[in-house]
Amino acid sequence: MGPLETQPLDLPEVPVPTVRLRGAVALLGTFPALSGLDLDVAPGEVAVIRGANGAGKTTLLKVCAGLVPVVTGEATVLGCDLAADRRGVRRRIGLLAHSDHLYDDLTPRENLVFLVKAGGGSPRSVDYALERVGISGRLATTRVASLSAGQRRRTALAVLVARQPGLWLLDEPHVTLDTEGREILDRVIAEAAAGGAAILLVTHEAEVESRLLGLSETASVVTMAGGTACSHLRRVPGGSGQAREGAHVA
Amino acid sequence: MTTQKVALRSVGIASVVGTGLTVWLGLWVTPPDRFMGNLVRLVYIHPGVAWVAFLAFGVTAVASALYLWKRTRDLRWDRLAGASAEVGVVFTGLTLVSGSLWGRPTWGVWWTWDPLLTTTSLLFLLYLGYLTLRKASAGPDVRARRCSVAALVAVVDVPIVHFSVLWWRSLHQPPTVLNPTLTPEIHGQMAWTLLLGFVSLSLAYAWMTAMRYRNAALEDAHETQWLAEALAERRAEGGVSPLPTPVPAEASSR
Amino acid sequence: MWRDALLVAAKDLRIEMRSRVVANQVLPFAGLTLVLFAFALDADPTVLHATGGGLFWVAVLFATVLAVQRSVGVESSNGEAGEGLRMAGIDPAGIFLGKSAAIGAQLIALEAVLTIAVAILYHLRIQGVAILAAAAILGTAGLAAAGTIYGALSASSRVRETLLPLLFLPVVAPVLLSAARAWQLALAGHPGPGAAWLRFLGMFAVVYMVTGTLAYESIMEDG
Repeated sequence: MGPLETQPLDLPEVPVPTVRLRGAVALLGTFPALSGLDLDVAPGEVAVIRGANGAGKTTLLKVCAGLVPVVTGEATVLGCDLAADRRGVRRRIGLLAHSDHLYDDLTPRENLVFLVKAGGGSPRSVDYALERVGISGRLATTRVASLSAGQRRRTALAVLVARQPGLWLLDEPHVTLDTEGREILDRVIAEAAAGGAAILLVTHEAEVESRLLGLSETASVVTMAGGTACSHLRRVPGGSGQAREGAHVA
Repeated sequence: MTTQKVALRSVGIASVVGTGLTVWLGLWVTPPDRFMGNLVRLVYIHPGVAWVAFLAFGVTAVASALYLWKRTRDLRWDRLAGASAEVGVVFTGLTLVSGSLWGRPTWGVWWTWDPLLTTTSLLFLLYLGYLTLRKASAGPDVRARRCSVAALVAVVDVPIVHFSVLWWRSLHQPPTVLNPTLTPEIHGQMAWTLLLGFVSLSLAYAWMTAMRYRNAALEDAHETQWLAEALAERRAEGGVSPLPTPVPAEASSR
Repeated sequence: MWRDALLVAAKDLRIEMRSRVVANQVLPFAGLTLVLFAFALDADPTVLHATGGGLFWVAVLFATVLAVQRSVGVESSNGEAGEGLRMAGIDPAGIFLGKSAAIGAQLIALEAVLTIAVAILYHLRIQGVAILAAAAILGTAGLAAAGTIYGALSASSRVRETLLPLLFLPVVAPVLLSAARAWQLALAGHPGPGAAWLRFLGMFAVVYMVTGTLAYESIMEDG
């Protein structure tokens, strides 16, 4: 990356960040996957996370989801202190992980109805959500086991659409999606961000990254290495969509 | 040497001397029993060993409960639970062996489905499983939480196992161990030897548990050290300075 | 909690209706063990008659291990056991009760079929039905509750398949003992003393249902 023009960025208009990590250390077994990470993600922000394999990107998402505890440091998500309660906040978080957590023997519709009801929601949003990701008609009533990888991913995305979480955690969501699927994903993300949800998205693809940065008024790029965030660059509003013209806030 | 080490060493020496003395008194000094002959000499060891086995599992249960209770949560309780269970399994094994040695001349068989023997054998398997679970869990916190639950779940099973087995066998035959003609008369010298056996075996338990506890603590300390190094390495990889405050020694223990 | 339990139980039973793993694999396996017992005992009618109740419960115990493995397997994708359920935001006590109820329901159905099988294979005259049914229901409740606890305890271990039987079977020894005695006495036409064994089965079921409801959060939230 080229030389950065750093300038302090103050965000008085955002009182409570959706995700706030300070010196967060998280262990996988005994390995420090996160080694003291600082991160703020504001409501409505699309934060693209990048970094080499093993940089701690997936662990970051799992920490935000309350699945992996923070052993030292602070972690607050959607106003909840994760040190005190990692479970209560999960109904308001959507995680699209590498493995999609769908039940193979149920149909996409049954999967969605179960997960939406489990989150305390109304199953009325299910049909709309499936329609939205292009899993409709016969597909919605076929067993998930016989869907293609891309269709499974769309179904998993539909869960988030139906549950309308305040924080979206997406781990390489574009992988396995076709062009149409990627467009749907982009639109869904843009809508969620416009509705005030914060989005953390891991990707390795430069093309995906530059497209995503155009999706929200507040988009940013977090570069991770060694379990920390080396930089967090925000796109300057009205800029050309390139993060590197933004400000260094790390 | 710190006082702790001195204390530990004294307990160790006392238990070895005490057990040696018990063996000498039991085998050479005390008289044979009127009915049981030399077989009575097992009474100086077997009940003491069994007592330690039960004591050990009791300690494991209490330590596990203390770990699970949020106000007293500390990895030290988990280490104690693990150390005590290890010693407990050894002593349960010894209980079974000495019970068998008693059984062969008394009942003519190595094994009988006597209620106490049956309960003890199930206890042995129950805690063997507990130790396996300790080995199979990664990370001190995960292990501590999971194994504490397992220890408590196991301990509520013990009375159920005991009473169901007791009732089961009592339908077949009166409990043999408590058969009056086989209960030795205990007096004078014998009582002292018995008491000495109980005390020295309990000391042996304390000593062994403390040693195992110390081992576990050293392993954990080593892990914490390793974690601190790995953390510094990770941060260097990320191009950031080491954490301003070093990770507390108990970083991995909460 | 109860709403969540119902949701989870309905989901697990629906998965079983679709995949029929318990019906098509576990049930035949349990039936097979009954046949193998007969081979081992030289198909001696008097021996089989005397031990039929006990052999039935050993077969049920093995089937329980497999049913629990299946119940855990349904929630695991890529070794991330229960992550989906945790993210769904369901009350852990609800998960425990729901999973136990689903396992229990499947086992009861399996036991009904196995009962017919022992009656035919071992020439047992089914009598004392009230005791048989009560022992089956109470025993199964205990097995399902303990199985769900131990399934979760061993779930995210890499050695899950071998760890579960080692942990689970010694714990449920009292269930085997009590249920087998109750069945044997009832089948032999002495239901009176058999009824007394129901106490143990009931006690075991209550203890493990309460323990599981209280402890499940600790087991699931450790990763």
